[in-house]
Amino acid sequence: MITLVEQSQKVEPSPAQMMDWYRQMALIRQFELRCAQSYQQQKIGGFCHLYVGQEAVAVGSIAAVRPTDYIITAYRDHGHAIARGMDCQSLLAELYGKASGCSHGKGGSMHFFDREKNFFGGHAIVAGHVPLAVGLGWAIKYRKEDRVVLCYFGDGAMNQGAFHEALNLAGLFKLPVIFMVENNGYGMGTHVQRASAVAELKLRTGDAYGIPGKHVDGMDCLAMYEMTLAAAQYCRAGHGSLFIEVKTYRYRGHSMSDPQKYRTREEVAKYQEHDPIGRLEKLLRAKNLLDDAKVQAINNEIHAHVEEAHHQADMAPFPQTQDVWKDVYANPYGPYKS
Amino acid sequence: MPEIQFREALNQAMCEEMDRDPDVFLIGEEVAEYDGAYKVSQGMLARFGPMRVVDSPISEAGFAGLGVGAAMVGMRPIVEFMTFSFSLVAFDQVVNNAPKMRYMSGGQFKVPIVFRGISGAGQQLAATHSWTVDALYTHVPGLKVVVPTTPYEAKGLLKTAIRDDDPVVFLENEAMYGNRGEVPAEEYLLPFGKADIKREGFHCTIVAWGHGCLTALAAAEQLHKDHGIEVEIIDPRSLRPLDIDTIAESVKKTGCCVTVEEGYPTCGMGAEITAQVQEKCFDDLDHHIIRVGSLDVPMPYSKVLLNHVVPGAQRVAEAVKQAIYFQR
Repeated sequence: MITLVEQSQKVEPSPAQMMDWYRQMALIRQFELRCAQSYQQQKIGGFCHLYVGQEAVAVGSIAAVRPTDYIITAYRDHGHAIARGMDCQSLLAELYGKASGCSHGKGGSMHFFDREKNFFGGHAIVAGHVPLAVGLGWAIKYRKEDRVVLCYFGDGAMNQGAFHEALNLAGLFKLPVIFMVENNGYGMGTHVQRASAVAELKLRTGDAYGIPGKHVDGMDCLAMYEMTLAAAQYCRAGHGSLFIEVKTYRYRGHSMSDPQKYRTREEVAKYQEHDPIGRLEKLLRAKNLLDDAKVQAINNEIHAHVEEAHHQADMAPFPQTQDVWKDVYANPYGPYKS
Repeated sequence: MPEIQFREALNQAMCEEMDRDPDVFLIGEEVAEYDGAYKVSQGMLARFGPMRVVDSPISEAGFAGLGVGAAMVGMRPIVEFMTFSFSLVAFDQVVNNAPKMRYMSGGQFKVPIVFRGISGAGQQLAATHSWTVDALYTHVPGLKVVVPTTPYEAKGLLKTAIRDDDPVVFLENEAMYGNRGEVPAEEYLLPFGKADIKREGFHCTIVAWGHGCLTALAAAEQLHKDHGIEVEIIDPRSLRPLDIDTIAESVKKTGCCVTVEEGYPTCGMGAEITAQVQEKCFDDLDHHIIRVGSLDVPMPYSKVLLNHVVPGAQRVAEAVKQAIYFQR
């Protein structure tokens, strides 16, 4: 039996760290609310999946890994990108289809990328990216590097073949990958109990693939940090992969066009009582790190920051139409190139 | 010049590139301890060890995706599909993750990966095991598709594929692994997008590649012997990029064109080549372009039926005669 947190050295996060997480979570929330507004104003096209409610997952876990570690996620990727330190302006520019977007207007909401920050996307086919995480882990092992991979996906991904093939390979080759399922209860509109024969997801990888399963409260940023820190230590020590079931909840619909007939307002309200930002705020108030004035000041500052990023992104130029031919290949060629 | 088998040429290409670049590795089913289902990777495990010649479980989506992920951080995986018929369960990895990563990330990530293995009807394996995937993968922007015909091409093109910074689908044929041909002892590479004139002639142009090219060569020999018809055979070597200029130049000379493929005619490679040829040679054509391909049915098992479906030299010869209005 593997016990993680007990084995690891418990590190009490510093006041500065916790304040930083609070800011990051507040930033993600305001960013997402801006997105909702911009979507309604038709500045954002395509699908747009908001992270509201799940902020503690990305913030707490990414805080626990190093900038050199690899991060890869699914299509609900705004929160992870911000927690990884990607610039809001380049993200909004991407959402608005601008040339200055983080993927030069070629990816959109579901395909944020940042090579410099070891952020490997943003992937839209459910579970299609999980084998890629295994490849990143393979490269780390092959090159004998001191890195881990943090791979996020939703509960819906766990019923896809690609997920199971990936987990089997990771378990077989003992690769340094943390598989983190953000179980927000629903794969689009289908409750996890209507989709998974074994609804307790943490049980699904241990006996099957030799990858121990843990679970953590995803509405608690500190718990996320502690669990991920321990998991990263486990992977760095060469023990292989780890699976973490994160219990979380999204307040908004699956995407912007979701009437949410599959759940009640009461259910959403119940989860909002455990709001990850409110929870950390309460803790920080108890430690005298926050008060009403500071909360107001932080929120004003973040609001101004997001609005400025929005304004800049909105003003930024669209790509040139001849840019469609860029980055198809290393060198353009062919009868139908421009 | 030493004469070696097609499979040895592929083996040499992989070994040379693995000697040259520590980031190159081979992964696939039975490639290591079994020495390769078709012995293409024979001896490679002993030479390079289990981290570089990797036996994968039967898990195409898993190991194809593993290759793409590793390529995103600059490794150069060679992913062997025991047959490209099995690549279809990894289709998302081959047509989405590999070729679209560079584009969707605005050029931040390259995916220098080679997917290689056999494609084609093979030995009576029936419908699911007999895919010719040329057109299927050539359809996808971001992929390159290469089909060698000779051992010389197999080696030179595979070395180029491994060094290429884009994903390459490299299609081999089971029936050709034992074919022998001259391969230089010294190192060489062959470029993509440069067709080879396999046979010079002036009556009719045939565009053919891989196993279909061998069929076309047999047909050409028969037409020459029986009727003095001299066909010109253009082997594009790579289907994407396609050297349409060399093809068009030949068609302008001969005034007619036959395409030969072992895939299906509907939305096939022949259809694409036909479209491109008529764009360039509309006024030069004396007959409509004739496509020779497998009949438009699932591949049957029975030898009699199979040989009826896959084009043989006789069907190619008949097409040429039709194209040049041959009167016996």
